[in-house]
Amino acid sequence: MGYTISEKILAEKSGMEAKAGRLVVADVDVIMAHDSLGPMAIDALAEMGEIAIPRPGNICFMTDHLVPTPARNYAQMQKQMREFAKKWGIRQHEAGDGICHQLLAEKEIQPGQIVIGTDSHTCMGGALNAFATGVGSTDAAAAMATGQLWLKVPETMRVLFHGSLPSGVFAKDLVLFLAGQITEDGANYRAMEIAGETISSLSMGGRFTICNMGVEMGAKAAIMEADESTQRWLSQRGVKGAVKSVKADADATYSRVLEFRVDQLEPQIAKPHKVDNVVPLREIAGTPIHEVLIGTCTNGRLEDLEVAAAILRNKRIVPNLRLIVIPASRSILLEAMGKGVLQTLVEAGAEVLVPGCGPCVGVHGGIPADGENVLSTANRNFKGRMGNPNANIFLGSPAAAAAAALEGRIADPRKYLA
Amino acid sequence: MELKGRAHKFGDDINTDYIMSSRHRTQSLDYVQLAQHLMEDIRPGFYSQIQPGDFIVAGDNFGCGSSREYAPKIVKAGQIAAVIAKSFARIFYRNAINLGLPLVECDTDAICDGDVLRVDLLKGKVFNETRNCSISANPTPAFMMTLLNEGGMVNYIRKYGKFRVAKEKG
Ligand code: SF4
Repeated sequence: MGYTISEKILAEKSGMEAKAGRLVVADVDVIMAHDSLGPMAIDALAEMGEIAIPRPGNICFMTDHLVPTPARNYAQMQKQMREFAKKWGIRQHEAGDGICHQLLAEKEIQPGQIVIGTDSHTCMGGALNAFATGVGSTDAAAAMATGQLWLKVPETMRVLFHGSLPSGVFAKDLVLFLAGQITEDGANYRAMEIAGETISSLSMGGRFTICNMGVEMGAKAAIMEADESTQRWLSQRGVKGAVKSVKADADATYSRVLEFRVDQLEPQIAKPHKVDNVVPLREIAGTPIHEVLIGTCTNGRLEDLEVAAAILRNKRIVPNLRLIVIPASRSILLEAMGKGVLQTLVEAGAEVLVPGCGPCVGVHGGIPADGENVLSTANRNFKGRMGNPNANIFLGSPAAAAAAALEGRIADPRKYLA
Repeated sequence: MELKGRAHKFGDDINTDYIMSSRHRTQSLDYVQLAQHLMEDIRPGFYSQIQPGDFIVAGDNFGCGSSREYAPKIVKAGQIAAVIAKSFARIFYRNAINLGLPLVECDTDAICDGDVLRVDLLKGKVFNETRNCSISANPTPAFMMTLLNEGGMVNYIRKYGKFRVAKEKG
């Protein structure tokens, strides 16, 4: 009987038999905490008693959810994290450095690792062939104190994509389509292994977008194998040597295997207020849009800004619409500046915010008004997510977002990308 | 330990943003104060309807969405004795147990808003007094039971300093 990728990683890191259903205690390679939920972990650590942090080198703190700080409470919380990081020698990524998941991908994660973070979208790291999962603050605190995490080895659902995406259709459309198929809890408690030639031909950026949204289907982890693209990503980051991918055995046990052909896939949109409420874009084309958000950990990478810029070059967004653009990290911001991408977007009428979560957290940086419709490239459209329960959030690709900004309504981006 | 209280019935996929939107944290970080916003976006005025010891009863996938641990913390601060649902999202489940908020996983179709329930956590039984029927719950996993008995994860680590799980043989 063979093993899945998750089972192999968990066995390696726990020294235990790690078949699905078993409880294991595994060593954690990377523990991430961010400014919204990290302070609660620090409080939990204090309550645990006189705890020393055995491996501070495995911990990184991120400052992304509330930057620049919108309120005194959050300023205090960030200060608490900075002081704690300084005391223990923990790596602190500062305000403006970027969104936690992007920074994990750019600086921290390597294949075969166990990665946890105080954020549900930590599963994005699975695109680098790691077992990456979101936990709460207390679990993160326990891992900081012990270096370990307990978990039940998940069953794995294997999802295969065949064929190549048509032009003007992106990884975001693919994962929205998948969420519509699997539904919001279809992968609850399970790991997803995502593979197939469609995935092999995707950029790392596209792969991050897909794994990022694993949790929107309930998944504990969303994992891909490492290949030449992964190798290139890691080498550019300065990781030395050849990457060894953890691969599933041919006779591994899966709870379910799903296969899709993507050659005919069209642009997709998730309608309010559920991520699995997905329809082909054409079915709701013409829906008025008042605000557009291009950014977040799901779609704030250079390729996302570039496709938006390609659509908006030498054009203006419609009057009265707000286009908010947030590069996902400082390095993306710098590249987008260098390549003139930001110039194009700002000339088209965009407001550019500092790398971070922006209005995706619903606290600041672009809260919509009552009755307004937002087209966002984020991963969640729950009622109230962006800070106003009386607004509606539609989710789509950066291309769909740019097209909506141009027309003031949901529009097929393919006509601008010919 | 037996709990008794009234049911407040919700649907499927109650996410952490519905439990409480993060926008309220700009005003306060005090959980008791924040609890006033419990479920406010989907049921305005919910907090004022709670009597201490009541239950939240829901369908599938309760607590989906974010890993924010203040979601179960606020449920607890709102004096909800337990959440009873057909199923729970994974991270919420862990967070609740870590904090010592009891969760009961069972069929909730036979429970209506306002029903009076008695819940036996150890036996995994829910008795609906209003409708005079009993529902059996799925057993709580053994390690979760250990954590609940120890009073949550903080107390567990405080006591043992590390995880104590016997290695099973393959
Ligand atoms: S960008 Fe949005 S989804 Fe991503 S980490 Fe920030 S708040 Fe969460």
